[in-house]
Amino acid sequence: MNFDFSDDQKYLKEQARKFLSEQSSMAVVRAVLNDEQKSHDANLWKAIAEMGWLGAAIPEEYGGLGLGELELCVLAEEMGRSLAPVPWASTVYFLAEAIKIAGTEAQKSAILPKLAEGGVIGCVAASEGPGEPRAATLKTVFDGTSVTGIKVPVTDGDCATHALVLAKHQEGTSLVIVDLAGAGVEAKSIKTFDPTRSHATLTFTKAPAQLLGEAGDGESLLQRIYDRAAVLLAFEQIGGSQACLDMATDYAKGRYAFSRQIGSFQAIKHKLADMYVALEIARSNAFYGAWALSSDAPELPLAAAAARIAACDAYYLASKENIQTHGGMGFTWEVDCHLYYRRSKLLAVQAGAPSLWKEKLVRRLEMRNAA
Amino acid sequence: MDFNDTPEEAAFRQRAQAFLAAHVQPKAGQTESLQKRLSDKEYMLAAKAYQKAKAENGFAGITWPKEQGGQGLAPIFSVIFGQEEGKFDAPAGPFTIGLGMCVPTVIAFATDAQKERHVGPALRGEEIWCQLFSEPSAGSDVAGLKTKAVRDGDDWVINGQKVWTSGAHYSDWGIVLVRTNADKAKHKGLSMFFIDMKSPGIEVRPIHQMSGGSNFNEVYFTDVRVPNSQMLGGEGNGWSVALVTLMNERLAVGGSPGPDYKEIFEWAKTMPGQDGGTLAEDQSFRQKVADWFVRAEGYKLAKFRTMTALSKGQTPGPESSIGKIITANQLQDITHNAMEAMDHFGIITDAAYAPSEGVFQQSHMWAAGLRIAGGTDEILKNIIAERILGLPGDVRVDKDVAFKDLPSGR
Repeated sequence: MNFDFSDDQKYLKEQARKFLSEQSSMAVVRAVLNDEQKSHDANLWKAIAEMGWLGAAIPEEYGGLGLGELELCVLAEEMGRSLAPVPWASTVYFLAEAIKIAGTEAQKSAILPKLAEGGVIGCVAASEGPGEPRAATLKTVFDGTSVTGIKVPVTDGDCATHALVLAKHQEGTSLVIVDLAGAGVEAKSIKTFDPTRSHATLTFTKAPAQLLGEAGDGESLLQRIYDRAAVLLAFEQIGGSQACLDMATDYAKGRYAFSRQIGSFQAIKHKLADMYVALEIARSNAFYGAWALSSDAPELPLAAAAARIAACDAYYLASKENIQTHGGMGFTWEVDCHLYYRRSKLLAVQAGAPSLWKEKLVRRLEMRNAA
Repeated sequence: MDFNDTPEEAAFRQRAQAFLAAHVQPKAGQTESLQKRLSDKEYMLAAKAYQKAKAENGFAGITWPKEQGGQGLAPIFSVIFGQEEGKFDAPAGPFTIGLGMCVPTVIAFATDAQKERHVGPALRGEEIWCQLFSEPSAGSDVAGLKTKAVRDGDDWVINGQKVWTSGAHYSDWGIVLVRTNADKAKHKGLSMFFIDMKSPGIEVRPIHQMSGGSNFNEVYFTDVRVPNSQMLGGEGNGWSVALVTLMNERLAVGGSPGPDYKEIFEWAKTMPGQDGGTLAEDQSFRQKVADWFVRAEGYKLAKFRTMTALSKGQTPGPESSIGKIITANQLQDITHNAMEAMDHFGIITDAAYAPSEGVFQQSHMWAAGLRIAGGTDEILKNIIAERILGLPGDVRVDKDVAFKDLPSGR
């Protein structure tokens, strides 16, 4: 039994944490929070590109480091812990992974090397309104060469260079890549619950687009991309949950009420123990997702769903009870609790909300049992 | 990252599988289990024969030192054997507490001659041990126990009452925690003895549980004499000795306690749902199945992480302490949902009518006890908070006060 990360991977994680504690400090996160014009921290983006992280899991022939998905998982955990205000997930988990699994040779050579250098920023443009985007409700159309339609919200849509767009195509849906510097693209920033990450409405008017993968395979390809991203997002969520638990534990030791540390009250202890249990469940499911992702195992769809659900639960619990543990201070702008509360919600609804994933999990369980 | 055994572990697993296949039957349904088919007496004989076979084939005391008759192997091998044994209907229950908690305490604190006398017979299933700690007024707060021992020559004389003792009625020996000095503070006036359960003055009465059954006992001590030589760890050191015993409890208790997501989901395919289809097609039910799956798999995978640490020769992380909180609450939740899903019919326990022979109803009763046995949810959460997260202990009002002066309430 070797159900753990290797010593090298743990070392990478440790280095990443040190690096991010300086380069993605709370001051850096808050600079993006407080400035509506600032979509992300450009210095941090440059720094992680220089570290090679953007291309960590990109093969060397395309300019990456050629490491595996497990290395990406440990980096994701630390990015999540530090609330890094950069389009990392959009670029690495979504765009890079999408091109790796479905891109043509030309698409790989055109995008991946630049992406590894930090010159490409990705985004996913799937949502058009409340609810899961589906063929029956999509309005955005791909005509074989261009897309037309409105996508909202698009995480990192106002700083991205390339968008993965889900559009109606022929009888079904297709996933297409749009170069956002091209004609027929308009991006307009919108306010969201998590201003540490930027969001936009993207309006496409006959914007030139390239098909990614098979025509008509859009929804299922997007799901395959989401299955992979779900594991990586789960690690971000674990990192964030652990940060909340650490923060709440620390506060409970230092804060006195009724002439004693509040952490000596069982009401607080049990709350923090519940957070710990949820986090351990999430971590264990995420580890399994990491194993499935890195070994291309047929278990991935089920493992990814479990990792995602457990991570969403753990981060929600940890972020809200961190505020509760801090009492009135926790509700202030100055204390960092709300930053995690905001991020936990973004990560929970991006790439499909937990209730959708629960139904997916059960369907996948039925398929596994039938097989 | 992989789930493979090392070559050494794989060889051991293969040996364990071969042994089990030769001595016990694979797990079957509830009603066909050994415990249900056999009388209590027959079951005990089968259990003793099985334990003897384990000892003869090198599967007893897997982690115990060789000089005590154990196998001297690392804890991972004990986990592997447990994994394989769990697939069989093996009558191992009567030995769990004795070999898991009591005899290790004896090994840690008894004299060589005493170990020579007791360890072998326990290992071979010839003698069964029980643990006598809890009392009517000392449950989560075990150190508040009142059963007292008074020195009389070479003996101590014990008077008092123990409770929730598993297997007291069939045990040959027990370890008993008693108060030897009520003038000292609570934790400091305790001592541990091992005692012959057939001693005059010991009376065992079954507890009538809320489930209707009787799996535990009350044990009354009336002027029971025990030699001073059977004290473990010295006078006044009972609490530290008890901690050694209790450290093993969380590992000894556990496993799959009843129907889980698999069972309820299979069953739901045969139950009517609210929307005209089956229960397994109802959206609200399916959302819950996903939650149950995530928790059950999460716990299973957390155990794999523990095994990984053991396999590398490391001390397992704190993740092993979350087990019972998850399994007991999950059992209560699943069985609650199964009963509610049946609507009025869910109240029936009569095996002739109740689906799955009433396993959900039975387990729903049992789950309430499981959340208490071997450390309540609340105590386990205190342990997580204090030992893992490092939060301060509760304010203690009993620390520097003589036990006899403490308020005791009901």
